[in-house]
Amino acid sequence: MIQVQQLSKMYANGVKVLDINELEIPKGQSFGLVGNNGAGKTTLFSLLLDLIQPTTGKVINNGVAVSSSEAWKPFTAAFLDESFLIGYLTAEEYFYFIGELRGQNKADVDALLAKHEDFFNGEILTKKKYLRDLSKGNQKKVGIIATLIGNPEVIILDEPFANLDPTTVNRLKKILKELAEDPNVTLLVSSHDLVHTVEVCNRIVALHLGQVVKDIQTSPETLQELEAFFAV
Amino acid sequence: MIRRFLSLEWKSFARSASFQTNLALKILMALGALYFIVCFLILGLAVYPILKEQGYNPVQTINRIMIYYLTADLIIRYFMQKMPVMNIRPLLVTPLKKSTVIHFLLGKTWFSFFNIIHAFFLVPFTAMMLYKGEPVGSTLAWWLGISALIYCCNFTNILLNNKDAVFYPMAGLVLLLAASQYYGWFDITAYTYPLFQAVFDTPVMALVPVVLLGLLYYATYRYFVGHMHLDEKLASKAEIAQTENLTWLNQFGTLGTFLKNDIRLLKRNKRSKTTLVMSVLFIAYGLLFYTNSIEAYQSAPMQMFAAIFCTGGFLFVFGQFIPSWDSAYYPLMMSQNIQYRDYLMSKWWLMVLATFVSTLIASFYLYFGWDVYKMIIVGAVFNMGFNSHLVMLGGAYVKTPIDLTTSKQAFGNKQAFNAKTMLISLPKMLLPMGLYSLGYYTHSSDLGALLVAGAGVLGFAFRDRVFSQIEKIYKVEKYATLAAYKQKA
Repeated sequence: MIQVQQLSKMYANGVKVLDINELEIPKGQSFGLVGNNGAGKTTLFSLLLDLIQPTTGKVINNGVAVSSSEAWKPFTAAFLDESFLIGYLTAEEYFYFIGELRGQNKADVDALLAKHEDFFNGEILTKKKYLRDLSKGNQKKVGIIATLIGNPEVIILDEPFANLDPTTVNRLKKILKELAEDPNVTLLVSSHDLVHTVEVCNRIVALHLGQVVKDIQTSPETLQELEAFFAV
Repeated sequence: MIRRFLSLEWKSFARSASFQTNLALKILMALGALYFIVCFLILGLAVYPILKEQGYNPVQTINRIMIYYLTADLIIRYFMQKMPVMNIRPLLVTPLKKSTVIHFLLGKTWFSFFNIIHAFFLVPFTAMMLYKGEPVGSTLAWWLGISALIYCCNFTNILLNNKDAVFYPMAGLVLLLAASQYYGWFDITAYTYPLFQAVFDTPVMALVPVVLLGLLYYATYRYFVGHMHLDEKLASKAEIAQTENLTWLNQFGTLGTFLKNDIRLLKRNKRSKTTLVMSVLFIAYGLLFYTNSIEAYQSAPMQMFAAIFCTGGFLFVFGQFIPSWDSAYYPLMMSQNIQYRDYLMSKWWLMVLATFVSTLIASFYLYFGWDVYKMIIVGAVFNMGFNSHLVMLGGAYVKTPIDLTTSKQAFGNKQAFNAKTMLISLPKMLLPMGLYSLGYYTHSSDLGALLVAGAGVLGFAFRDRVFSQIEKIYKVEKYATLAAYKQKA
């Protein structure tokens, strides 16, 4: 589904923040990206979404080179940070806006929202609040659910577990596991939390200083292996 | 301490991503400022002898109109003067006295262009007074008093900032007073004149405005001190949200989706709301030109200038900052299922629609005759066909993020229209002015109108070609724009 070839990102000061020779993410995989701050996780996701320009190499999403065509947009959804939310809309308006962009009608979106009602925990819908006035955690809930609108084939979530309360984390894990089981959905998740990532993803890649240092299929031993790797 | 603040200021200016555009604008602004300085200097030197020659008492005459001078100053400040901006949040928990921060913030405004400029009038005028033999004590007292009043305006403006509810009724009242004086119903200057004259006649009275200034400074200071807690004014106020479905726009497909969003953007954010008010005011701007009340505005190019302005208000105050209005969620727009062309097209339609509506509202100009309205329609065609493209082209390079919420910066700058907007609008008016004059002076006003409208129609005809070019430029600039928007203003 996603091929990364000779991808690197170097900034003007000569620091290479990402350098991946080859990475292939097959369709239907749930792909977990772990690493410390500055490992290059967000950089990689930003490159996948063509938000920054690669220094060398390219990203191919379902046969489309992301930096030269916009054809990857219809089947890709992402939530990286709050800049993916429109602050002056209410949650419903935002969902409908995304829905319209993805060719969904109001009923489709309503059905999806109803399905995830417990995830919102009664704090999002019909609250008469603009997104800019919601707390960080609630904003995140909105952003995550919005990526599910229109059955995208590729879903990219940056740090989805951060800022969420324990109950919501568990509910999110349930949602992500469901997506991971769907053979049509390629799920990409980054996190600092090894336990959560191992639980949700069937493949884990660890980045360190922009390079792939571990690439493992999840097994019962994976968590130990990762914890040993990141141990101080 | 002050030195550290100054270095912070400099860093935030020099390190911003929009530094280069800012620098170019600063240079342009410096040229504009120079122009005003020269104007004020000449005015300051010439007013006294001219009034004398015409048989007026110069000091008394100036004192008579002083009330209008000061209100005009206040109104201009309200729209143009930037508020002292500083990101206060990070400083709250540092071992810094709040008072130091605020004094610095307020101190900065002493050196604002809007204060300094008056010196270029007042100083030569006072010098002229002395030269012509007015009593030294009175003259100096008058100078001190008026200068203090100008600074009073400065702090009143800071206190007034963004209190539209206070400002607009006040501005309305002043306009009403000016009108009633013009028509001779009621003369406010009869009541205010003695106040200013008193400073001249009794020099010790100059202390009154000075004390007033002190009080105003203190009031502003107290206001800022009282607003420096996170839970009070620095915190954003949650509004009660209203859901609007605007389903009638659904019939326009993707275009409708974007338009819906833009309408909400316009309605729900302070800064964009002001642009709407400004656009309406722009429509009325032509009254100055077409009522034949000001002689300098009678020439052909100026008439065209007014026509472009009347319908182009929205284009200038909103359009210039496309795509910065979407800066807060630009990454979303760039990664969502949106083709660049659709996005740009929707913005274009928004501007065309707004210009069209302005033209309809401006139909009251028919009262001044068909010729006047013809000019306005021609101006509208030019705005829709030509300037709308120009504005979008410029937008690709305007990389100043717009903070719609401004909740993080309680003392942030929320004005929609400032000197910067004014400057980047100018080229869009020079071309039609030139075209119109060309036709007007070589043949007739009809040919002039035809030329301007022709340029507009040409713009329409080449729309798709132009859009492809604009799209390309936006794509090239995309990464730089994303990086620039990441920085908060």
